[in-house]
Amino acid sequence: MSSKYEVVIGLEVHVQLQTQTKIFCGCSTRFGSEPNTQTCPVCLGLPGALPVLNEKVVEFAIMAGLATNCTIAERSIFARKNYFYPDLPKGYQISQFEEPICVGGWLDIETETGSKRLGITRIHMEEDAGKLLHGEGAASGRDSYVDLNRACTPLLEVVSEPDMRSADEAIAYLKQLRQIVIYLGVSDGNLEEGSFRCDANVSIRPWGQPEYGTRAEIKNINSFRFIKQAIEYEVERQSELIEDGGRVVQETRLYDAESGTTRSMRGKEEAHDYRYFPDPDLVPIEISRARVEEVRAALPELPLAKLERFVSELGLPVRDAEILIAEQEIARYFDACVVAGAQPKAAANWILGDLSRNLNNAGISITACKVTPALLVGMLQRIDDNTISGKQAKVVFEKMWESGTEADTIIDSEGLRQVSDSGAIEGFVTAIIAANPAQVADYKSGNEKIFGFFVGQVMKASKGQANPATVNELLKKKLAE
Amino acid sequence: MSLIDYTIAQLQTQLRSGKISAAELCDAYLARIASVDGEINAYLTVAAESARAAALAADRDLAGGHVRPLTGIPLALKDIFVTKGIRTTCASKILTDYIPPYDGTAVQRLYDSGAVLLGKLNMDEFAMGSSNENSAFGAVRNPWNRDYVTGGSSGGSAACVAARTALASLGTDTGGSIRQPAAHCGVVGLKPTYGRVSRYGVIAYASSLDQVGPLTRDVRDCAILAQAIAGYDPLDSTSVNAPVPDYLASLEKGVKGLRIGLPREYFGAGLDPEVKSALEGAQRVLAGLGAEFVEISLPHTEYAVACYYLIATAEASSNLARYDGIRFGLRVDEGEGLNALYCRSRAAGFGAEVKRRIMLGTYALSAGYYDAYYLKAQKARTLIRQDIIAALDQVDLLLAPVAPTPAFRLGEKTADPLQMYLSDIFTIPVNLAGTCALSLPCGFSAGGLPIGMQFIGRPFAEASLLQAAYAYEQATEWHQRQAIL
Repeated sequence: MSSKYEVVIGLEVHVQLQTQTKIFCGCSTRFGSEPNTQTCPVCLGLPGALPVLNEKVVEFAIMAGLATNCTIAERSIFARKNYFYPDLPKGYQISQFEEPICVGGWLDIETETGSKRLGITRIHMEEDAGKLLHGEGAASGRDSYVDLNRACTPLLEVVSEPDMRSADEAIAYLKQLRQIVIYLGVSDGNLEEGSFRCDANVSIRPWGQPEYGTRAEIKNINSFRFIKQAIEYEVERQSELIEDGGRVVQETRLYDAESGTTRSMRGKEEAHDYRYFPDPDLVPIEISRARVEEVRAALPELPLAKLERFVSELGLPVRDAEILIAEQEIARYFDACVVAGAQPKAAANWILGDLSRNLNNAGISITACKVTPALLVGMLQRIDDNTISGKQAKVVFEKMWESGTEADTIIDSEGLRQVSDSGAIEGFVTAIIAANPAQVADYKSGNEKIFGFFVGQVMKASKGQANPATVNELLKKKLAE
Repeated sequence: MSLIDYTIAQLQTQLRSGKISAAELCDAYLARIASVDGEINAYLTVAAESARAAALAADRDLAGGHVRPLTGIPLALKDIFVTKGIRTTCASKILTDYIPPYDGTAVQRLYDSGAVLLGKLNMDEFAMGSSNENSAFGAVRNPWNRDYVTGGSSGGSAACVAARTALASLGTDTGGSIRQPAAHCGVVGLKPTYGRVSRYGVIAYASSLDQVGPLTRDVRDCAILAQAIAGYDPLDSTSVNAPVPDYLASLEKGVKGLRIGLPREYFGAGLDPEVKSALEGAQRVLAGLGAEFVEISLPHTEYAVACYYLIATAEASSNLARYDGIRFGLRVDEGEGLNALYCRSRAAGFGAEVKRRIMLGTYALSAGYYDAYYLKAQKARTLIRQDIIAALDQVDLLLAPVAPTPAFRLGEKTADPLQMYLSDIFTIPVNLAGTCALSLPCGFSAGGLPIGMQFIGRPFAEASLLQAAYAYEQATEWHQRQAIL
């Protein structure tokens, strides 16, 4: 049914910045403290208090702007967004309106039909509101409590053009944006804790119609899965509405994760008139070209650049590289292995294989595990120089995972040194061939599948220590005799 | 000579020499407040206990040779300055019981200079008014005639100086709120350049216009207080990081050769003849001292009042949103939900003029009206500023009346807000231009009410204002007259 319509999606993402202190005062931004312990006259909005801009926020905004191909405004201003709510101490939010710090950027995403460029309208700086806790007090269920620890923590709002045409494109955009802010170190990108929050503007229109349809703004979507669900539900809802002869109305809708649906929160008539005007308590932010270039020069390598390097310089398959860059810590780990001398593909295999599996099972991050890049590279070198076989390496790796001990120590203590001496292996081979005449005859009559049987027998006889390559080579030779 | 008759400058010597103690000085003022403030209503809060403690500490400092510029000097503050541990109401019901947890920067600087805080002064609610009749705690009465207004909004700050219930005070000037009451009460008032004195800890009315300044008995005291509070403050992003000159060093340099501009638009119809004649008299005195006069024009003056009442109210509508009954201040909650809590708290907490200005400002910022009102007012503001700055390129100072008339009767203009707004016509342009001006006495009406004039200076040229005002004051005797209480 929805194939009659083209979906149009624009996203507004709020990225919480990981500065030490709040955007307009010196209070800590730490998450999870006792309510109202990280507050002062400024973030409580007490009479007489004035905001002072945290310069780190400007730097982070410039970084995010450059990483998303935006132009950094030489002059930008803060504005007040006026509305009443108990979590908003001053009765207005300090944000940017007419002159934001970053404008006109883009991100390229990969789609089934190739690369697609998605426009970024603007990025602006603003302060977050506090949090309301409902009915949790000892008093009565109708009481609400205000926690202003989060009030005045710095946010970037990244507003996209309405360029996305499916939930998958929206998710690809969000994942890339999230990856970028994490790589930049400006945010932890944590969706659950609300460091990366997304509102989606969704509309549909008949294919070929140049005008956009009426959009609904969907709020409260805090996981990638929910984003897909919310958008798909909304597209379905709007399509049905139109099919039934109705009209989509412009409104704000709330996503309900329980039911996977959206419901109306407020219509256009109830929409706030925010009465934006330049905040007279703050002076314009002026950013010189030189400062922009300074920040640009200090930018870390971004995910896409890393991907490109892993593929073209280090020769990794695209799939491997994509998985490696998905988490910055893993990409860093991999880079550290390569710098320490590992063969890139081998390092990637181990990281994406045994190491990832163990990390998943243990539920820990790569920076918390005992197998450091140096340890892993030490083991890879013992595989390279034939000290241990790949199979033995698995044993070494498990010991290393448990103890954090160097490969050489484990190889010695476990007696795992691989036997590559042809004389010793030849002895095993001769014995196995002599002991299994029926299988030899079978092999010689053309059943090559049985070759594996001989390999297995020889490895067993050598207690797994024979070099498999040598075993293969000698077996082939002896069986051909 | 009674203890309350000394100026700050005189007391600096008397206190240091030990002839007068800070404690007896403080007690003299507390006694004066107790005996006459009932007639004036300048004080909203008298901080007697903490004042006595501070005075005793000042005496210990004096005895120990640890002397600062204002050690032991009893001052009072407009109740717009937040004071740690001392009730701060902004003359509003909504803050009746509000006790701030911190001191603002100007207050902190006074404390750091050794001053003794006597108490908090009456004002128009949230500094919105020109007569001090908009206080939730009653009007202030003019010490020269109790049937007349003090002017506003810093009415208490001017009245306490004239009534000698404080040695000097701080006020704030958003559209004339220091200069106009200073003129009506016969005292000196300085509105410094925007950014010269920190606004941190000053309850905001109109943030782009508000500025802190002193009200004193004479010009030298004004220079001393200005020196104590001026300077950059990292807690106020709009404060200006420029050195503060030594105001006393240039005080006695005189006006010889000074070029003073007379703005034509300030002397036209609507100017009370007595005020006009007092200004003409002042002009003769200054000419006699060697100043030269030039007529200049500020052509956009007629737009100033309209421009001000759009910008100031727009900012106020936003600044006063925090008084919502949630975290502090008056809350009226009858269990009808959040919106009712907001409406009832604000309806009960704000007075009529505050509500009027919140509505005006909200309207000016509303979608569809923003360009026609707020934005246009900003453009007019630029023109008004350019007028003044251009005029001050040709002359050193401007001389102008402060108010079109001497103080008017209590209740005379309360029924007609527009008439009340027009009484700020000569003071508002300076705030819109962001520059500095000083009001000082230049005569008395036949009815015995003070008349004031103002010098207007280039941005950050407070020293020039003080210098010219001091020369005039030395040549006249207006500042020596005292209100009889």
